[in-house]
Amino acid sequence: MNQVKKNNYFMILLLILVLLFSFISLFWGRYYVEPKQVLDLLWSNIWGDSGESIYKTVVWNIRLPRILIVILVGAGLSICGTSLQGCFHNPLVSPDVLGVSAGAGFGAALGILLTSGVNGVTAVLAFSFGLLSVILSLILSRIKSESSILALVLSGIIISAVFNALISLVKFLADTDSQLPAITFWLMGSFSNVTFEDLGKIFIPIVLGISVLIGIRWRINVLTLGDEEAKTLGINPRKTRLLIITATALITASSVMVAGIIGWVGLIIPNLCRMIVGADHKYLMPSSCLCGAAFLLFVDFIARVLTPSEIPIGILTAIVGAPFFALVYKNTEGC
Amino acid sequence: MHLEINKGSYSYNPKDKILSDICFKLEQGKIMTVLGQNGIGKTTLLKCLMGLIKWQEGETLIDGKVFTSIIESEEIGYVPQAHKTIFQFTVFDMVSMGRSRHISIFSMPSKFDNEKVMEALEIVGIQDLKDKLCSQLSGGQLQLVYIARALANDPKILIMDEPESHLDFKNQFLILKLIEDLKVKKGISCIINTHYPDHALKISDYTLLLGTNRHQFGKSNDIITEKNIKDYFEVNARIYTIPGSINQTKAFTVID
Repeated sequence: MNQVKKNNYFMILLLILVLLFSFISLFWGRYYVEPKQVLDLLWSNIWGDSGESIYKTVVWNIRLPRILIVILVGAGLSICGTSLQGCFHNPLVSPDVLGVSAGAGFGAALGILLTSGVNGVTAVLAFSFGLLSVILSLILSRIKSESSILALVLSGIIISAVFNALISLVKFLADTDSQLPAITFWLMGSFSNVTFEDLGKIFIPIVLGISVLIGIRWRINVLTLGDEEAKTLGINPRKTRLLIITATALITASSVMVAGIIGWVGLIIPNLCRMIVGADHKYLMPSSCLCGAAFLLFVDFIARVLTPSEIPIGILTAIVGAPFFALVYKNTEGC
Repeated sequence: MHLEINKGSYSYNPKDKILSDICFKLEQGKIMTVLGQNGIGKTTLLKCLMGLIKWQEGETLIDGKVFTSIIESEEIGYVPQAHKTIFQFTVFDMVSMGRSRHISIFSMPSKFDNEKVMEALEIVGIQDLKDKLCSQLSGGQLQLVYIARALANDPKILIMDEPESHLDFKNQFLILKLIEDLKVKKGISCIINTHYPDHALKISDYTLLLGTNRHQFGKSNDIITEKNIKDYFEVNARIYTIPGSINQTKAFTVID
């Protein structure tokens, strides 16, 4: 079978998985709803209001926004990882290489400290500090006359370190009975308590970011060759890189804002997809998008149903992801 | 197309110029080699010439006009030394990147671009390898891929940084033969960095000999002489005309 055909089948498979996992997540959980009832409910709610019922609350108001957010975050984080690995030409780069997660984490912790709860202020602070940390990394990387990849990575490490220290400081100052647990849980990442309102906040930035990245995906191929070679091929790497960094910062900051820090997805999904579809970003980007969404839906489902109280998803992504990654690594050739 | 370097100078360290007052002219359809010891500035010369780094004095002229950078000009094609990449592309994908400057930021290679890629693959004779991964190729094949990538853009001048280093002598011969063919059949000029005086004698029309704070430029047969080799490389060598050869082919041997 040729590679193009194989890649198309793989993407169709992933799309089916995304739909399947979404549907399972809608009816299965602590509160079981018959699949047929879910379908009826969805159908009638799309065309009008089906009236109030406990099913509607569970499926439409609680599970549906959660699933949509999981899809957006999973797809977003994975595509960020793929693009950044490409433009930093390093497969070990993750979406928070420029300090987004640490910055957003600090913003959220500060919000919880100031307002004693996870609310609108927390979200705004998380998003703003996430973007701020990327801007600071970019400025810092220009201290030397030539802005190289290494300078960017080092700046990201420095900014992350500063914000991580500030997170610790906020934890130290926080009230140990209420605020400290809230901060700690928030940092572990979770999709519990997300609503349609949250979906509204992140929809535009994440969809916009993903569209831009999908749009420029072929250009990322050229960036992976390194700056000098890109120049000899007629491409200015700095402009393209800035666009990619902006799009990924938007996506990552939005994800952290609603779901906390979910590590590992943005690192393994791109590598996993690269093993299957190859390095051409034309196929790699859409398939990481779908694969990230399917993976996070699966993990979120496990987080909900495995134990009576929900497990923070940040813990599970690593526990589920690592062995899966090892398995794929073992079974692929040419990597 | 006529390429000219006019009094080009460059230094990494203000006190010590690595290239000073380099001058040469190259008309269309000629091969020029740049010879010199390691660290003498051969690669720096190519980078300045292409505008990847800026001449501190002097300029590159193409058809009499000042040439700023390879980013803006599609007439120059650059062939790097065969090297492994971090992500493994197929040969076809790698060669299609040679069309980058024609593919706008939000688009994909067009049908026309793909035809150009196939043409380039056929010129260097690796169309059978198009679906292989670059990591599965031998050094010689990989070098051909990079040459094809530059050719996909229909360049008038090819610039090559030691294209035949790290290859065995058969592959070295194949690469040199290809470069000659490109000159004869397509009229493509070539500027080649090399470590091998015998390769320069074999294929080049002109040679630029680089030394510390000095250089010589002229017809290869006039520049690559026993005296100059002793002078620039501190090596005793003999250069003979091979008896009975049609083009007065030269042989080069180091004797001590």
